[in-house]
Amino acid sequence: MAAPPRRTRRRTTALLSAFALLPVLAGCGGVSLTGGDPATFTTMGYGMGDALATDRIDTARAALPSLHIKVNEGAFDQQQFLSAVAAGDPPDVVHMDRSLIGGYAAQGALIPLTDCIKREHIDTGDYYRTAIDEGSLDGQVYALPDSFDSRLLLVNDKVLKSDGIDPATVSTSDWSRLKSLTKKLQHQQGGKLTRIGFDPKIPEFFPLWAKANGADLISADGRTAHLNDPRVVQALRYAVSLINVQGGWGKFKSLRDSFDTFGAKNQFARGQVGMYPMEDWYVNALAGLSPHLDLGTQTFKARDGKPLNWTSGYGWAIPKGSPHAAQACTFIKTMTATKTWVHAARAKAAQVRKGGTPYTGDVTGNAVADRIIEKDVWKPTGNAAYDKATRTLYSISRKGFIVPSNAAGTEFKNAWQNAINRVLSGEQTSQQALDQAQKEAQSALDLANQGRR
Amino acid sequence: MTITATGAKRRVRSAQHPERGRSRWRRRDTWAAYGFISPWIIGFLVFTAGPMIASFVLSFTNYDGIGASHSVGFANYRHLFQDPAVAKSLMNTLIFAVMRVPLSMAVALLLAMLLLRVGRASGFFRTIFYLPVMTPSVAVGILFLLLFNGNVGLINHVLGLVGLHGPAWTTDSAWIKPGLVLTSLWSVGSTVIIYLAALKNVPKDLYEAAELDGVGRWNSFRHVTFPQISGTLFFTLIVNTIASLQTFTEAYTAFFGSSNSQTYSNDAALFYVVYLFQQAFQYTHMGYASALAWLLFLVVLVITVIQAKVSKRFVYYEGDER
Repeated sequence: MAAPPRRTRRRTTALLSAFALLPVLAGCGGVSLTGGDPATFTTMGYGMGDALATDRIDTARAALPSLHIKVNEGAFDQQQFLSAVAAGDPPDVVHMDRSLIGGYAAQGALIPLTDCIKREHIDTGDYYRTAIDEGSLDGQVYALPDSFDSRLLLVNDKVLKSDGIDPATVSTSDWSRLKSLTKKLQHQQGGKLTRIGFDPKIPEFFPLWAKANGADLISADGRTAHLNDPRVVQALRYAVSLINVQGGWGKFKSLRDSFDTFGAKNQFARGQVGMYPMEDWYVNALAGLSPHLDLGTQTFKARDGKPLNWTSGYGWAIPKGSPHAAQACTFIKTMTATKTWVHAARAKAAQVRKGGTPYTGDVTGNAVADRIIEKDVWKPTGNAAYDKATRTLYSISRKGFIVPSNAAGTEFKNAWQNAINRVLSGEQTSQQALDQAQKEAQSALDLANQGRR
Repeated sequence: MTITATGAKRRVRSAQHPERGRSRWRRRDTWAAYGFISPWIIGFLVFTAGPMIASFVLSFTNYDGIGASHSVGFANYRHLFQDPAVAKSLMNTLIFAVMRVPLSMAVALLLAMLLLRVGRASGFFRTIFYLPVMTPSVAVGILFLLLFNGNVGLINHVLGLVGLHGPAWTTDSAWIKPGLVLTSLWSVGSTVIIYLAALKNVPKDLYEAAELDGVGRWNSFRHVTFPQISGTLFFTLIVNTIASLQTFTEAYTAFFGSSNSQTYSNDAALFYVVYLFQQAFQYTHMGYASALAWLLFLVVLVITVIQAKVSKRFVYYEGDER
């Protein structure tokens, strides 16, 4: 048989190579979270930042010996999560902000935990009631709490004292006085803001300001938005005015963006801020960064003078299509159990003390565990500032309010946050922005609640 | 043996009918050509045409990627005209394109003309100008926030050295788009390379003739250089316009990419594709996002057609009779 001409051979080889490469190149697109191994159990959105995280994962591994638990570290990514669920390749469990739970539950992206709670005999009474409510939709639990963030007022006592202000006299209940105090504490130099007197932490803390003025952003059943309630509009007008007396949003945000929040030269250490409401975890961070800081902690107060604590946090949920749904339930139960938390808190306390910084306690989402940690694990350090911070934290964490869970999830949150940004950037007045937000939020809620999506 | 005999017969037949033999070869060549371009054709059908058809169908549904979808008729298209964010994002995008396209073309042309004059060092500078193109857009988005920070950013620091008080680029709505336009000049290198190639192709004798006629530099540029590179300018105009209308990564990274940046997002940076992305992948309104995508396709098509029509008056191609 005569061999084919060399040119034809070359052409055929090239053609075959091109076809052979095609599926290889086309196959580069998808990456599975599990890698396709049935014995691998995957998590999404959970970080292994400290002993509190790693110790609990060790406990969960012991509870699920037949599975290899793979922790995909990093912040929860909405796009990645939804794509994975839509593609039928979700992680086994997901760790996410509880404010998102309602939206995903309404979309059918999460499994209700009703059977799981029954099967594993989970006592939901062990957890903070508000945290359970935040992870539920229409009375069904979709997520078990994995953290419990409280908001307290952090005061840079050194800054206040240097300006002749007694930190003990500071209160957020008297809005008029707070504004004049803010104006007094802020510093400007060469047309630039060099010190923030008081940061109202808007947009993100706006629910706190609305509540302080007696209003909620949404009805308790999570179906009706109250974004243009006159008290909400008034709260926004006031919070924005606190920024405007310090030179306006442009200067304010530019300074805030330049803070070395997680460094030794943080805004408290450098005296770049007077005071602001903040999540409790930052006290923990400051204890490590600046253990000798003259830090004051107080409760945030409503206009009627009563202490106010907006709580939020993360939760564990099981996505639709989870390859190991039953084991996922065991995992969630183990990760959030009283025993697990206490064991992990002991490990963390030992680690922190070994590092020579004050252990400021942990608030976990499990109320029973927190009482044990407060009583048995945390010990006064002798550092007056941080000891007071821990006491304040444990005292306010017992009671708090939440933004009720709702089916519009992210869309609802974006509606009010975008409205505030429009006011801050001077595009709209508070009334205009919140009127628009009310329309957007209610439309998203109606659509989500009709089950049309 | 049989095969050899058949081959011989074929050769005899080919010799008797040379046209038939040639056409068979041509046919084989054609099939080979199709074979070679088939990866692209398959890629186009699977990754471009297929999704386009699918998105057109989805634009008439309430598909959310998770649950079942239902037909909603033209509701998504009607909603485009009621949704204030559509008009806002479209306007933001058009303003951005109007600022960015001419500026980037002018800067690129200026740099290319300078490169033409640097002689031996041209290769070095060409590399230097092209290097930023290799920077990931996400990094550019982060850089934007750092360099343009109103308080501690390098840009305002430099402006301060010459006595200018820089604006709050990243927070002031009026300055966000200009800031992003300036940032986009970071990746002007690829256009510079294209212009440099075009400038090198301008026949030298035209300049000599112009010089002999006593034409000055500006008129030489206007009457010789500009017409000679007008085809290239038109090409970059189209490409840059489409790229500007689809701008996404830098603005998304700076203002919408994480839950933290989204908290402080600014409507001035809400470009059309950012809004489309939010609708599709954050809110999972895939049907509505598909309608948004088709509207953008129409906008780009109309603008490109207008540019092509208008260009006939300004663009000169070699061999054209004008």
